[in-house]
Amino acid sequence: MIRVHAVEKRFEGRTVLAGVTVHFERGKVTTIVGPSGGGKSTLLRCINGLERFDAGRIEIGGLTLGPSTKARPTRAEQATLRSIRQKVGMVFQHYGLFSHMTALENVMEAPVHVRGIPEAEARERAKALLDQVGLSHRRDAFPRELSGGEQQRVAIARALAMEPEALLLDEPTSALDPERKAEVVRVLRDLAEAGTTMIIVTHEAAVLRDVAERAVVLREGRVVDEGAPSEVLR
Amino acid sequence: MRRVKRPRGALPLFIVLIGLACLLACGRTPKAAPSGLERIRAAGVLRWGGDIQGGEPYVYDDPDNPGHLVGFEVDIADALARELGVRAEFVQNDWSNLVPSLERETFDIALNGLEVTSARVGRVLFTRPYYIFAERLMARKDDASIRPDLTALKRTKVGTLANSLAFDMLRDAPDLVVYEGVDEPYADLVSGRIDAVLLDDIIAARYGEPKPELRVVGDLGEGYYSIAVRPSEPDLRDAVDAALEKLATSGELRRILEKHRLWNERQDKLARWTDEDQRKMLGGETGTSTPPAPPEFGTGHVVLFLRGAGVTLVVSTLAMAIAIPLGLLLAVARMFGGPWVARVASAYVELYRGTPVLLQLYLLYFGLAPIVKLDAMSAAVIGLGMNYAAYEAEVYRAGLQAVPKTQLEAALALGMSTRLALRRVVLPQALRHAIPNVTNDFIALLKDSSLVSVITVVELTKQMTITAVDVRSWVGPGILCAALYFAMSYPLGIVARRLEKKLEGEREARAT
Repeated sequence: MIRVHAVEKRFEGRTVLAGVTVHFERGKVTTIVGPSGGGKSTLLRCINGLERFDAGRIEIGGLTLGPSTKARPTRAEQATLRSIRQKVGMVFQHYGLFSHMTALENVMEAPVHVRGIPEAEARERAKALLDQVGLSHRRDAFPRELSGGEQQRVAIARALAMEPEALLLDEPTSALDPERKAEVVRVLRDLAEAGTTMIIVTHEAAVLRDVAERAVVLREGRVVDEGAPSEVLR
Repeated sequence: MRRVKRPRGALPLFIVLIGLACLLACGRTPKAAPSGLERIRAAGVLRWGGDIQGGEPYVYDDPDNPGHLVGFEVDIADALARELGVRAEFVQNDWSNLVPSLERETFDIALNGLEVTSARVGRVLFTRPYYIFAERLMARKDDASIRPDLTALKRTKVGTLANSLAFDMLRDAPDLVVYEGVDEPYADLVSGRIDAVLLDDIIAARYGEPKPELRVVGDLGEGYYSIAVRPSEPDLRDAVDAALEKLATSGELRRILEKHRLWNERQDKLARWTDEDQRKMLGGETGTSTPPAPPEFGTGHVVLFLRGAGVTLVVSTLAMAIAIPLGLLLAVARMFGGPWVARVASAYVELYRGTPVLLQLYLLYFGLAPIVKLDAMSAAVIGLGMNYAAYEAEVYRAGLQAVPKTQLEAALALGMSTRLALRRVVLPQALRHAIPNVTNDFIALLKDSSLVSVITVVELTKQMTITAVDVRSWVGPGILCAALYFAMSYPLGIVARRLEKKLEGEREARAT
């Protein structure tokens, strides 16, 4: 459902992505692995348009994102970007919860204000999602009152609230201590079992072993290997 | 938990300060100076106080020779000094504070169109007059309704200078507009903001009569310019009096007045001035030299001060109501607008921060009058609001920069447009960072609002200066004025501190 075709990205004269072509199938969990600076996060950010790229194209469920050289996206490009971002949810390494909103409000925010879902309905959905990530007791807590693991689980619930076709996760566990990591991995495994399409940039052994079905190795801006995690990561 | 003990706010300190001020005021006795004349002779200098802002023909910068003072009072001061065998030295002083500065011994005599009013007679010693003027009433040519009748005049919108003789005559007129410069009342008369101006004929002849739209309605009584000396130095008064008499009888005074085109038949009396005339001038018709007692500083004044504080509060609040949204717009335009929008917003901020707010108020009220005729209150609110918007814009910009970039990215990643992300996610957080500074700015604005008196709005500080001259003391009015400002800004200060503490707490919680 997501096709990345010959995408190139240069940043201040340095090549970050040197012609990446890779497909992600519906209902599968793919991990992107490789050394730091290999372009993993950049690829993820290109897919949902937080970074623009210089050549190639990305197709997502019928929508096509092309290269852009302009500093500011045009009106038409902005509309395409918004549609794409509603199809693919994003989870950041440092959570990025809205600090002036409670956990519940964080999850409700986009359904109400982006999709226009009635507040009462969005509230019920948000409660269910927080329940799903094991945080129904922390609904009214502000991000500053939550542990890192709890924040990351709220962030996953927030992304899921938009009912995306795929979930992009950028090193979701690397800022957490082992115990917290386990909480998040458990949530990811549940999602995988429910058939959620996920692309996860990670070094986490448990994710690779228990969650991922496929691994893509990115080195110096190129895909150098792909296959089952156990084969690729010997 | 460890608690640090803190003094409970600034209130006790303020009370102590007021007490000190009272002590100073009561404990101050006039310095025993047996002879002012001897002091001047010993110094070889007669220091005389005046205000260059009064302009032509009193004391002003020579247009052909900048930095060099000319005017009929310069010539009189030089001639007097010559008679006393010393050199004259000019001391610049704000006109409305000439008498307090004389008392503070900033100069030896005040010589600057100082009219003999009952309020001043009780406070200083006056010499014989060096000029006799008329209170001249002027109106627009196309307005026949204004007649030379003081009672009728008090019912019209009439303007004059603060603390002048005309101000004394008109003080109970409800629509009196009080100016600080001599040209502004006539400019406002032409533009129709006021319907009449009552001022000394010298001023009318220079600034009113040349305007083709205006006519002289008539003269409402006479007044005298006289030289003021400290009450503790009667010998100096006598010496100056004698010198002035010599100038008047020798024809020197007439020569000076003629040189400045000020001579008229009314001045004939100057050379024939008698002790009886002097008594009448100082004490009214009865001829007694005891002046009427100055009005007590009391309840009536408190009401006026409260009204002044009300004006201060209204002007500040409305100005802030303009500054906050406009500042927000400017900050967002600067940070998120296109290159041109950002440039315009930056130019606005730099222009308004880089020029004095006093100048902006002048331009808005007097400069723009031919195009947009704002009333004084609107001009005050808009002027201060637009100025403070520039400062608020910088406060919000700092607030916006304090919001981590990941917050905007997270919002965009959820499919929000930039505008929605700003409104729902970035701005609410930026405003929380900005609140303490905005509160501080509001406190500053409360006090800066005193500047609007230059465009005739009578707010708290202006009320204080008017009253202080009236009751011949700065202590009572000054303390009441300070107390009222304090009563308005102190609660705001507490609010600001609480908010700051709360935000600090949140930041600490986030860091752990």
